Formats: sequence, C-alpha cells, structure tokens
Amino acid sequence: MQASENQNNGSTSDGSSNDEILVHAKNLIDQLEGGRSHEAYQVIAELNKARDINLFSEIGRLTRSLHDAMAEFYVDININRDNRSEVSQMADAPDRLNYVIELTEAAANKTMDKVEDTIPVGKKIQADAEELKPEWDKVLSGEIKPQEFRQLHKKMGGFIDSTIESSQTVNSALSDILLAQDYQDLTGQVIKRVISLVQGLETSLVDLVKMAASVEQIVGISSPEASTEDVAIKDIVPEGPVVNAKSREDVVSGQDDVDDLLSSLGF
Amino acid sequence: MKILIVDDFSTMRRIIKNLLRDLGFSNTQEADDGQSALPLLKSNSFDFLITDWNMPGMTGIDLLKAVREDPDLNSLPVLMVTAEAKRDQIIAAAQSGVNGYVVKPFTAGALQEKIEKIFDRIDGS
Repeated sequence: MQASENQNNGSTSDGSSNDEILVHAKNLIDQLEGGRSHEAYQVIAELNKARDINLFSEIGRLTRSLHDAMAEFYVDININRDNRSEVSQMADAPDRLNYVIELTEAAANKTMDKVEDTIPVGKKIQADAEELKPEWDKVLSGEIKPQEFRQLHKKMGGFIDSTIESSQTVNSALSDILLAQDYQDLTGQVIKRVISLVQGLETSLVDLVKMAASVEQIVGISSPEASTEDVAIKDIVPEGPVVNAKSREDVVSGQDDVDDLLSSLGF
Repeated sequence: MKILIVDDFSTMRRIIKNLLRDLGFSNTQEADDGQSALPLLKSNSFDFLITDWNMPGMTGIDLLKAVREDPDLNSLPVLMVTAEAKRDQIIAAAQSGVNGYVVKPFTAGALQEKIEKIFDRIDGS
C-alpha cells in the first residue's frame, strides 16, 4: 500500500522523468536491435542516471514533507499556548528550566549570604565570652579587686546586651535559611512538569515517525485535537509555579495582588 | 491548637512546620495529599488546616471542597499555601470557602499575618 502510494506520487508529480525513461527505453531497444551494444550500454547508464534523479527527488520530497510536518508541529505549539495543554507547553520547557536555575541560584546565594552574615556574629560572641572568662574566673576564686569588679560589671552588661542582639540576628538568619529551602518544592513541581512534557513530546515524535512512513499522512498532520480535549475535561487544572508571571495577565504578581483580589471578593 | 499541614513536598511541610513552631504552634501533623489528609481530619480534632493546591491523588481544592461538604469539618479554618497564582484559581478557592490564600514563594511574615488574620476573624465572630 505504502509502496504503491509512493510510486503514484512519483509518477503523478514527476511525469517528465518518466517520459525521459520511456525515451531512453525506446532508444535502448533501437540500439540493441541495431546490434550497437556499446551505445546500448551508454543508454543503460543514462537510464540509471534517470532512476537516481527520480529517487533523489522522491527523497527530497519526503524530507521536505517531514520538515513541513516538524514546522507545523512547532507552529501548533505556539498557536495553542493559551490552551496550556501538555503539548503546547513544550515550548515553555526552556523557560521552565531557566526558572529552576534562577530559583536554585537565588536559594544558594541567599543561604550563603545568611551563613556569611552569621559566622562573624557567632565569632564575636565567642571572642567576647573568651575575653570575659579570665575576669569571671577571678570572681569565682575571689581574687578580683573592687576596681576590676566594677569594670567587669560594666563589661558584663554590655556582653549580655550584645548577646541578646546577636542571638536575634542569628535566629532571623536561620529562619531565612529555612525559608530559602522552599526552592525544592517550587523547582520540583516545575521539573515534574517538564518530565511530563518530555514524555508527551516523545509520544508526539513516535507519531511523527509513523507519519513519516507515508508522505500523504505527513501532509495531513494535526496534533491539537487531543490537547483541546484535555483542556475541556477540567476547567481549572493546577499549573504549578508560574515561570513567566511578568508576561501573563491571568496570574497574580505576588501576595499583595492575592490580597487585593480576595478583598475585592469581600474577604 | 492542632494544625494539619498538607503538601506533597516534604521540604515544604518542614518549612511550614518550623515557621509554625516559631509562631508558637508546635502541635502539628503532616499529610502528603488530600487523600491521606481527609481520614486524618475526620479521625482527629484539628483546629486548623494548611494545604497546598497541586498534589497528586487529591488536590488541595478538592480537599477544601470535601471539608466544606463534611458536616463535622465544615467550620474548620483552611489556609491555602500554593504556587498556583492564576486569578481564576484564587477566585475558585474563595468560592469554595478558603479562609486565606498565600502564594509561594512566601515570607514568614506573610504566613504569620494570614494565620493571625484568620484567627482574629474566628475570635471576632
């Protein structure tokens, strides 16, 4: 079936090369009947050349059809972007993965910034305590002089105040470090989505290969039907983190936007 | 105050759990989706539910609807903490009876503010 279709294609779309073969064939018979074998071989060579040209043009047509099918495939992706279907979101995959890079980078930097800010605070508490230690030992052993005690008294007050302040800094940094780990959830959601998109693309490619078996089928490629059906099944499908919030109007830009929207609804 | 935290990512559950502990709420339990959360809610007396939206099995919005349809649970305060940021989704959550909505990534302050607001409203009513 496929072979006959391809042959048909060849004969209908390239009749001139068939005429050429016919001319050569008639010529070959003439040459053979006339006993001119040398000329006959030349005609056979001409025939081979004509066959090759035919084959090349057939391969060329197949390649063009495949190329058109691929191009159409990507056009479909862009047209259906608003549908947010699995196939149409494939074009978002680089954006999504870039979003993963941005989030992991931001989280790593935030964590390291906070650690770097906190290390000197811890070191200062340690240094201050070490400085006080010998004088405190004197208090414990009763060797401290009244003048030294008065100075220690002052120093101790300062140490307590600065330790309270430093502890607050450390606690707040630790809380920020904890919160910075939210990237794992957000990037995890995005990566899961990209995995499902890649699986979807794989299926589409398998279909495309099947289509490539027949030139006519390639020309008739259409992928959006399945995707529009997906969208119709459920009105609101979870989408995961929005990776291109700035360029979209259907999403909120942050918590303030959420609060405004909810308060407009009477919350 | 007993709080159930529902999220499919254990890191996020840990973050929320730690933030809640900082706010003085240390009696928390965890579930990884709506399906495992619902029986917990029915068999325990939770005072507050914090849930993600996008989870395998049963989503947070379906959990919210199930809670509102259950006569024993329908007055349970529910805070949604999610990366879902479409206006339609926020409206749908509000219509389904959510008490607060926090978009990820969030700050400790935002979480605290929403929780306090929900409790203020409950105390005031």
